[in-house]
Amino acid sequence: MLRPYQIQSCTGIAMALVEIRDVYKSFQRDTQRIDVFTGLTLDIEAGSFTALMGPSGSGKSTLLNLIAGLDKPTRGIVRVGSAVVSAMTPGQLAAWRASNIGFVFQSFNLLPVLTAYQNVELPLLLTRLSGKERQERVRIALDVVGLSDRADHYPRQLSGGQEQRTAIARAIVADPTLMLLDEPTGQLDAKSSQEVLTLLQRLNNEFKKAIIIVTHDTHAAERAKTILHLEKGDLIEKPRMSAAVGAVGAAGAAGAAGAAR
Amino acid sequence: MKYLHLVTANLRRHKLRTALTILSVALALFLFASLRSVVTTLHTNSQFGGARRLVATNATGIVFILPVSYANKIKGLRGVRSVSWANWFGGKYGENARDFFPKFAIDPESYLGMYPEIKLPENQKEAFLRERTAALVGKGIADKFGWKVDQNITIQGTIFPGDWTFTIRGIYEPSDPAIGDNVLFFHHDYFDERLGHAGIAGWFIVEIDNADSAAAVAKEIDDQFRNSSAATKTGTEKEFQAGFATMLGNVSLLMGTIGTAVVFAILLITANAMMMSASERTGEVAVMKTIGFSNRTLFTLVLVEAGVIALVGAVIGLGIAKGFYPLIKFQGFGFLPGFTVTPMTMLLGLLLALGLMLASGLVPALRAARLPIVQALRRVE
Repeated sequence: MLRPYQIQSCTGIAMALVEIRDVYKSFQRDTQRIDVFTGLTLDIEAGSFTALMGPSGSGKSTLLNLIAGLDKPTRGIVRVGSAVVSAMTPGQLAAWRASNIGFVFQSFNLLPVLTAYQNVELPLLLTRLSGKERQERVRIALDVVGLSDRADHYPRQLSGGQEQRTAIARAIVADPTLMLLDEPTGQLDAKSSQEVLTLLQRLNNEFKKAIIIVTHDTHAAERAKTILHLEKGDLIEKPRMSAAVGAVGAAGAAGAAGAAR
Repeated sequence: MKYLHLVTANLRRHKLRTALTILSVALALFLFASLRSVVTTLHTNSQFGGARRLVATNATGIVFILPVSYANKIKGLRGVRSVSWANWFGGKYGENARDFFPKFAIDPESYLGMYPEIKLPENQKEAFLRERTAALVGKGIADKFGWKVDQNITIQGTIFPGDWTFTIRGIYEPSDPAIGDNVLFFHHDYFDERLGHAGIAGWFIVEIDNADSAAAVAKEIDDQFRNSSAATKTGTEKEFQAGFATMLGNVSLLMGTIGTAVVFAILLITANAMMMSASERTGEVAVMKTIGFSNRTLFTLVLVEAGVIALVGAVIGLGIAKGFYPLIKFQGFGFLPGFTVTPMTMLLGLLLALGLMLASGLVPALRAARLPIVQALRRVE
């Protein structure tokens, strides 16, 4: 049975994983009203790897927040899968995020009082999984990011790259369909950045995770299949067609190009 | 239960701060239990008194004396079964104020006859009654000072100067805690003799035939001495004990007021520490919300954390109060025989801890639940 915030495609054609439809978003700063988006429309396909670039204040992080349901659009529809994120209550959003979204922050944001294992386990505490099942999932996630031997380490005992890989393990442990990363390499050195980006590519290619990454770093963006530029809330699409990129990315880019204003 | 490690991890975050906060709660509740127990013990003791026992004191005040010759006149009144009398005797044993215990000069035979609550072996009772310089002591002080039957002890008089040497002939155990197991009784005859047969009594205890006639007999006693040099004021033993409690009432009020202020101040400091601890983690709460933790779960987690601190503090504070006073056989330096931390005090202490949990945990818990994620993340990112 469908929940109130779920819709189905009426065309019978596979819908995009993320649909942004005529979205407006304004902020009030003191007496000044700032319009970030004025009718943004965008599709992002399942299995895509999209980089969102643009100058500060162009709305990259705001777009990420709208997709994750951390913020509400002033007007318009944000849909992820069958969930109309823009119409959900805070309680529904929390439950939805727990199982559908993996979020990674620039400054890692691991809980300092928990070990790497316990940090990765956090999203699973919100599920009905047994202790043993949680243990197995956490073990796999840490294995994927190459940190099995750091499970008992606290964040202060990890390097920046290891912290970010732990955060990625936390983001994938509940097996979400969509990963959202806000400047994931912003605080990392070149070597750690490469490790994290290689890991993201692997998650996209091997595990078919749809990834949206906000970045200022052109080298990081080059790893994505699609690069979308935001400027003053408007999309300027620049498809990436390098050899490493598969057809899925091209389809996503095509969808985005058609939708971009 | 699966969230328990989140609570314990947060409590371990600043171990010293958590320990000090718990100690503050423990101290506040220890003080609460102690002060309330003073009040409840005073109240309980003021309720002590046989239904058929009246006490006659000097109408001017309890510290003024009466002629011991009143005993015969009272004994002659209708409805009176027997009369006894006693004197407060100050005196010091040992050097410390802590060593203080009450000492009474009594008319032994009539007094023990009137107070069946004073229990001792028959042979000891007989030995005590027989000997003019004999003393009867409570088990509490006998244990405290290591006194044995047949031992001589010397009290230095204060109100009635000089060295007063007694031979302990009996050790009693009270069947009612309000009697106290820390009293020294000795013969009024010996007291009177040392004072040059002054013939004074501090108060009279009057046993009557029928409890229903207490008011009538009391009036008759007071009428008898109304126009004498020392008028009496007679009432039931309960009223007499209540009078003692009233004497201590101002002290009790003062202790209560200062104590409440201290407890309240400690609780405010504790609540402040707990709120600070929660507000420092605004960023973490935002991250947890992003992961998918619901407002309700976060509200509960913060409240449980405050609850653990309050509960552990309460268990320590109330536990110490409950265990410590019996251990040192505390009787308020003789003024609070039967000092007890009652189950009701323990329950109220726990309720106070619950209140503390709500007062200190509710605001940060609500803040955590209502925290707008994006603004909070902007602060930490």
